[in-house]
Amino acid sequence: MPLSGKDKWDDIVTDTAFYEALGVSKDAPANDIKRAYRKMARKYHPDINPGVDASARFKAAGEAFDVLRDPEKRAAYDRYGADWDQPRPDPQQQGGAAQGGFAFDERDINPDMFRDFFGQRFGGARMRQDQHARVEIALEDAIHGANQTLTLQMPQVDDAGQVAMQTRHVDLRIPKGILPGQQLRLQGQGTGGGDLLIEVAFRPHPIYRIEGRDLYVELPVTPWEAALGDKVRMPTPTGTVDLSVPAGARQGQKLRLRGRGLPAAQKGDIYAVLHIVNPPELSAKARALYEQLAKEQPFNPRAKLGV
Amino acid sequence: MKQAKRHNSRVDVIETLSLSELTMFCDTSADWIIRLVEYGVVAPVATTAPEWEFTPPHIARARKAARLMRDLGLNVAGVALVLDLIEERDALARKLALMETVAFV
Repeated sequence: MPLSGKDKWDDIVTDTAFYEALGVSKDAPANDIKRAYRKMARKYHPDINPGVDASARFKAAGEAFDVLRDPEKRAAYDRYGADWDQPRPDPQQQGGAAQGGFAFDERDINPDMFRDFFGQRFGGARMRQDQHARVEIALEDAIHGANQTLTLQMPQVDDAGQVAMQTRHVDLRIPKGILPGQQLRLQGQGTGGGDLLIEVAFRPHPIYRIEGRDLYVELPVTPWEAALGDKVRMPTPTGTVDLSVPAGARQGQKLRLRGRGLPAAQKGDIYAVLHIVNPPELSAKARALYEQLAKEQPFNPRAKLGV
Repeated sequence: MKQAKRHNSRVDVIETLSLSELTMFCDTSADWIIRLVEYGVVAPVATTAPEWEFTPPHIARARKAARLMRDLGLNVAGVALVLDLIEERDALARKLALMETVAFV
């Protein structure tokens, strides 16, 4: 770090990333900062807002608030920008958070924030700690089972008994038939011999909507398939099947195939939700047939509307 | 930051947790879990507390409730309302997505 250059330019360090993360101006009073943080936390909390972007913003807001809520840290940040927490020879700055952003000292951590992202709060007296993490899997992984390697940050106790954040790679066998929200326990893989608990979530699937153990698929059908009934081809995660569409099928009607959902102990079902779709273009002949149908089939679908 | 070795270990799926296990799982107190039950945020199988068993959807919900309360400073009534509204919102979002698929097929 070019300290001399830094000193020279001290007065014009204008790192405002933390202020931007909270959407406040650099001279915002402490109350505004707190209010802005609470608002961000409500809006972007990962349990409320499922977007990837939201979780990044939530984390950024938390990191920013952790610094800006503390007058000393805020002053250091205003002076030194992103390097605010670097050790400095200046005796005025001694005794602050010394190294890195995540010293696992409770005083330095906004206790509201970091636990689920960086593991449990760590008390020195209690070495054995369960750790929690979350993994997103593809639907196919739950159908067939899969192996995944997770990269996790978690506090670990080293040989000297010191606690430090470590990057760990954990090989995880996703068991066949796992359901959304289920927890996997890896014994002894937490901190100090505690367990590692992993909540399984499913990535959205382009074809299937997952609800518990059941799957839903939007199945387009033609107007004549819906009117006359027919066997139509339908995808399932384990292969294509023939589905009997009953005559007079309705838009949005749900048809169930038992046991074709997620292969849990109690097997889920798959539902086809019918969508009646018109061909993008009608041939002259098809048009003539429709016109004939219009003449020969009296039906007013708007009778209930009084017209 | 140390790069640790790969670990290979036994994985088991948690089927149910008792009240005391769920208390530890959420890093909270039994009283707090009982309040969640009283507010209908989670529902155990069995009727008396010593035999309570919580199934995975309820375990996930309890943990979500714990995170929301901690991160947003909510009380139990508040978190119950938030979770209900999130579920309603998600159901509406699914319906909307469905209607949009229909409109653009």
